Amino acid sequence: MADLQVNIAGVTFGNPLIAASGTFGFGREFAQFYPLSTLGGVACKGLTLRERAGNPPPRIAETPGGMLNSVGLQNPGVEHFIREDLPWLREQGTAVIANIAGNTPEEYCKMAERLSEAEVDMVELNISCPNVKQGGAAFGTSCESAAAVTAAVRRYCKKPLMVKLSPNVTDIGEIAAAVEGAGADALSMINTLTGMRIDLRTRRPILKNNTGGLSGPALLPVALRMVWQASSRVKIPVVGLGGISTWRDVVEMLLAGASAVQIGTVLFSDPYAPVKILEGLEAYLNENEIPAVSELTGKVKPW
Amino acid sequence: MKSYDTAACEILKKAEIAPGFFDLTVSCAEAARKARAGQFAQFLVPGKTLRRPISICGIDRANGTLRFVFQVRGEGTRALSLLNPGEPVNLLAPLGNGFDLGDTSRRALFVGGGIGVPPLLEAAKPFGKNAVLAAGFRSRDAVILKDDFESTGCETRIATDDGSFGRRGLVLDLIGDLAFDVVFACGPKPMLRAIAKLAAERGVPCYVSMEERMACGIGACLGCAVKLRGENGDYFGHVCKDGPVFDAETVVWEE
Ligand SMILES: Cc1cc2nc3c(=O)[nH]c(=O)nc-3n(C[C@H](O)[C@H](O)[C@H](O)COP(=O)(O)OP(=O)(O)OC[C@H]3O[C@@H](n4cnc5c(N)ncnc54)[C@H](O)[C@@H]3O)c2cc1C
Ligand SMILES: Cc1cc2nc3c(=O)[nH]c(=O)nc-3n(C[C@H](O)[C@H](O)[C@H](O)COP(=O)(O)O)c2cc1C
Ligand code: FES
Repeated sequence: MADLQVNIAGVTFGNPLIAASGTFGFGREFAQFYPLSTLGGVACKGLTLRERAGNPPPRIAETPGGMLNSVGLQNPGVEHFIREDLPWLREQGTAVIANIAGNTPEEYCKMAERLSEAEVDMVELNISCPNVKQGGAAFGTSCESAAAVTAAVRRYCKKPLMVKLSPNVTDIGEIAAAVEGAGADALSMINTLTGMRIDLRTRRPILKNNTGGLSGPALLPVALRMVWQASSRVKIPVVGLGGISTWRDVVEMLLAGASAVQIGTVLFSDPYAPVKILEGLEAYLNENEIPAVSELTGKVKPW
Repeated sequence: MKSYDTAACEILKKAEIAPGFFDLTVSCAEAARKARAGQFAQFLVPGKTLRRPISICGIDRANGTLRFVFQVRGEGTRALSLLNPGEPVNLLAPLGNGFDLGDTSRRALFVGGGIGVPPLLEAAKPFGKNAVLAAGFRSRDAVILKDDFESTGCETRIATDDGSFGRRGLVLDLIGDLAFDVVFACGPKPMLRAIAKLAAERGVPCYVSMEERMACGIGACLGCAVKLRGENGDYFGHVCKDGPVFDAETVVWEE
């Protein structure tokens, strides 16, 4: 039997499948289908320092091979998560990753400090948020601001720190290197690509927010390319995500350079996707006599 | 016990009950056993990223079947309309909270607009002769389920936009004279807003079934937001988990 276990920045995951932030809530709704220990880990819905109402609806639009969302980080706030959701999630036999978002470096730091005392296994820094003090461009879109917020949080974060990169950039390798230099223990990538859809009849964007984040299968080739480029620039582990829906996609992502993967949008069409992907992955490893899933990481043979 | 699950189901019957309106009977014993009036199912459409939410129109526990009536609106519902008896369809069901019917000896008014009518049928059944349906449709062609309601003992009053069937005008024009103790409504937002206002003026409880674009259907993605009134001010609840049926007084009715 192949070994499915992976280690990311000192955290052991029973298998390389992690639920992607924002697609899995805090896990309760999916625990109806299977024990959450089916998954190697769960990345929780993005948390902010204080409760956030989120954007007005519509927040969802379908796209060719994917979807847009403009949920706008609706969440109950970090304290509520620690009090009401974490104790339950902690008991489910899966690694818990707290995903955090802020409008200023100070907000990120406060959350990282607070979560360092809580029973989470890892902190995931979502840097696709607007940097309010620096004119509103996302932290993740420049090397300087991505490195600055990572370095700031690093000082307060006593948990392994994974930085989630935005694909809305010119050179992903540069950003990855900058974030590694600033003290990140791991990278996860990619977050959503910004997109738009328009209703022909009303000539209005379908999303009330006008634009939203593209996720789903359409993202896969972009994610593979970016994971490949970034993982060749850094020594820290990369968790790959974006458009994964089958075990084959997982194997591609690992070959491209990922040490583990996250899955999101596929859960909406098939909540049982993790079970099926794991079965397929295990069969693939056994058939090809690959003793450990970790052996696939970065084994793509580029021309 | 799981309160919802995916199931590989079989289409047992299909009929086009009006141009572009389809009536499906699907075998899914487990979901039928759990389902309540007003709940919905998420239909998998092969090749599409998102499932399509369709309300449960009828529940037959004895035969383990659910009935759905839907209108072709785009690619997803078109694909569903092409399914034939004997073919499989994957459902995630039953989802959401159904109608809280309460005391069925009350005089219940059911208000439906177009494709908002189907979810009311199962809810009207237990009220029998105490129920009145006021339904609005585009035209004679689009009138659906009138006989189904009448066979439950329900009185039906129909309005059409063009006057080609029943009375010309809006559903609300049908009920000026009517006395009722509770309202259940489903349809376009302006209609729901108007009936909520009327019910409030008369001091009668009113329950509305709402629609919003969905991804997960189970309350995890927070996609299907609806603005609600809370103790600490307005907030975004979610149609799939907190609804689709809401007490009209808790909904923030804005443009
Ligand atoms: C709780 C609930 C119950 C419903 N019950 C019924 C029913 O019983 N009968 C019926 O005919 N229709 C019902 N609808 C509406 C139905 O879901 C949409 O008409 C359908 O999703 C349109 O899909 P499409 O691919 O044909 O259209 P497209 O416009 O191509 O769909 C594109 C995307 O937008 C979404 N979408 C488009 N219109 C709506 C809408 N009105 N509501 C929600 N999502 C939408 C689709 O699901 C899809 O994700 C219900 C909707 C909800 C939320
Ligand atoms: C509805 C929805 C909400 C999301 N919310 C968050 C979030 O709160 N924080 C975050 O870092 N990413 C969020 N994401 C992005 C996903 O975690 C993931 O990066 C993206 O969807 C690509 O993966 P996928 O194609 O497998 O879904 C969200 C995605 C979706 C679809
Ligand atoms: S559709 Fe995901 S929360 Fe309602």
